Amino acid sequence: MKQSSQNKLSIDVRGLQKSFGTLSVLKDINFSVERGTILALLGPNGAGKTTTIRILSTLLPYDGGEVSIEGHSVEKEPDAVRSSIGLTGQFAAVDEYLTGEENLLMMGRLYRLSIPDAARRTEQLLKQVDLVEASKRPVRTYSGGMKRRLDLAMSLIADPPIIFLDEPTTGLDPRSRLALWDMIKQLAKSGTTILLTTQYMEEADQLADRIVVIDGGKVIAEGTADSLKGEIGSDRLEIVLGRSANFEKAKALITDKSLQADPERRVLSVASKGGVKKLKEVLQQLENAKIDVESVSLHRPTLDDVFLTLTGHAATKEEDEATADKKGKGKK
Amino acid sequence: MDQEQTIEKVQPERRSYLYWLWSDSWVMTKRSITHIIRSLDQVLSLILFPVMFMLLNRYVLGGAIDTGNVTYANYLFAGILVQTLAFGANYTTINLAVDMKEGIVDRFKSLPMASSALLIGHITADLFRNIISGAIIIIVGFLVGFRPNATASEWLMVVGLALLFTLAISWLSAILGLLVKSLEAAQWIGFVLIFPLTFISSAFVPTDTMPAALEAFAENQPLTHVINAMRSWLVGTPMGDSAWLAVVWSIAIIAVCMPLAAAMFRRRTPR
Repeated sequence: MKQSSQNKLSIDVRGLQKSFGTLSVLKDINFSVERGTILALLGPNGAGKTTTIRILSTLLPYDGGEVSIEGHSVEKEPDAVRSSIGLTGQFAAVDEYLTGEENLLMMGRLYRLSIPDAARRTEQLLKQVDLVEASKRPVRTYSGGMKRRLDLAMSLIADPPIIFLDEPTTGLDPRSRLALWDMIKQLAKSGTTILLTTQYMEEADQLADRIVVIDGGKVIAEGTADSLKGEIGSDRLEIVLGRSANFEKAKALITDKSLQADPERRVLSVASKGGVKKLKEVLQQLENAKIDVESVSLHRPTLDDVFLTLTGHAATKEEDEATADKKGKGKK
Repeated sequence: MDQEQTIEKVQPERRSYLYWLWSDSWVMTKRSITHIIRSLDQVLSLILFPVMFMLLNRYVLGGAIDTGNVTYANYLFAGILVQTLAFGANYTTINLAVDMKEGIVDRFKSLPMASSALLIGHITADLFRNIISGAIIIIVGFLVGFRPNATASEWLMVVGLALLFTLAISWLSAILGLLVKSLEAAQWIGFVLIFPLTFISSAFVPTDTMPAALEAFAENQPLTHVINAMRSWLVGTPMGDSAWLAVVWSIAIIAVCMPLAAAMFRRRTPR
């Protein structure tokens, strides 16, 4: 990687804004990625993750702010940016009628590699993503996991210093997901800067050096996996109310912002950051209001807890935003 | 993944813009031609359509149509040839619509490649498709009684005009492919345009048998000029102004549609 400038930032996004008509999708996105590190953009459906990736990869114009990739402005020098990025989108962007090998050779030439270089890289990458045996078969005969691996290999063909991965493991079975994670880690080890989006805390936790949580077009938290978990509190306090208790009244009593309520199971839960003191306080409140408590337990945080605490809503259950997102995709 | 690899650094080649435009277009042309060869329905349509049109018109309609002192097999040939070329060139609409629907266009657009290469690839593949279809038409034509009296240079002019006309329809099809919102629309839009245009022309019947309004349209539309020019070169029917009008129409369509399609493709940013 030739980089003359003293700047260690590979990606720098300042005050990024984007609207589709009257719908403001990105309100104020700020983050930067240091060279050779992995940054995860974590957020629910419709948070603006894909829009951000599309802007960074020169596919969409933006309305405000500044975006630079390897020191090149995305707006003013799109060609320089395109030469230094590899994009793996949400849906495997492979050519179904070409073989795996032909797909890679095609990409190599389109990335301006010489014919022998393209052939050499193709051979290496087929080995690396374990597709040597399938390399002469048309891609439409591949499984979902194989297509994703080929897709990733295609964005690596010219060995670009930066890779964008938009929800790389969505829809993959657990085994393929682990294989892809391995490849991504390997890639980071070799010095590639990686920006990935995901809905899964676990994925961000496994892969990312830093995590940026976005919701509703804004950055709402930023840090390492550990520091984010620390903010949330490591354990949750779960209270099951008795049959006779007034659920709504109990819910109103507990003012903690991490409160999660499940009326069907009659369960209230809060982040137990305050330890025993918090436990006593909550139980005392319920006791004073004469609300019948059936059981109390502590448990480790789930992925949804992280989102709930940070965003105030669940990670994967935002039906409205999810369908709005799909409609948007249908349009292209 | 099993062994740690020392990844060799690869550097992009430094070449001129024209070299890359040529190279990208060639890469995309190979891609589109591979699609034709590996897709069963495209291969079948390539072979079946021309044969079917030729046989149905020659034997079902042919007996009832009076073409004066030219046999119907001789009259029909140019019409079927042009209709087949138009349908072949229309595949650009369908294939481009398929590409736009899938993530692969995003991928191409995020590359440092020449953006119009994708369009050029589809259009060159149409030329390839039409050369094969045209050869099939000639063979079937001879089998059903087509007996041209063209000289070698007249044949060359027929082939040249066929290629020029294919280019014109392909660029027009590219615009349709960028405009349609669904694959279904891409499928029928070609039929809706090409069927009436070939029927209201001199392709299958002499235009003077049509009602006055249709006749006026038929005699002045580009397909009729292309057909009449080819027919005149092949079997010696009167040429009139058809040859140069066919060339002017084709070049005009290309001159308008090529830059328009390229600009539309560049500007089309999916939401």
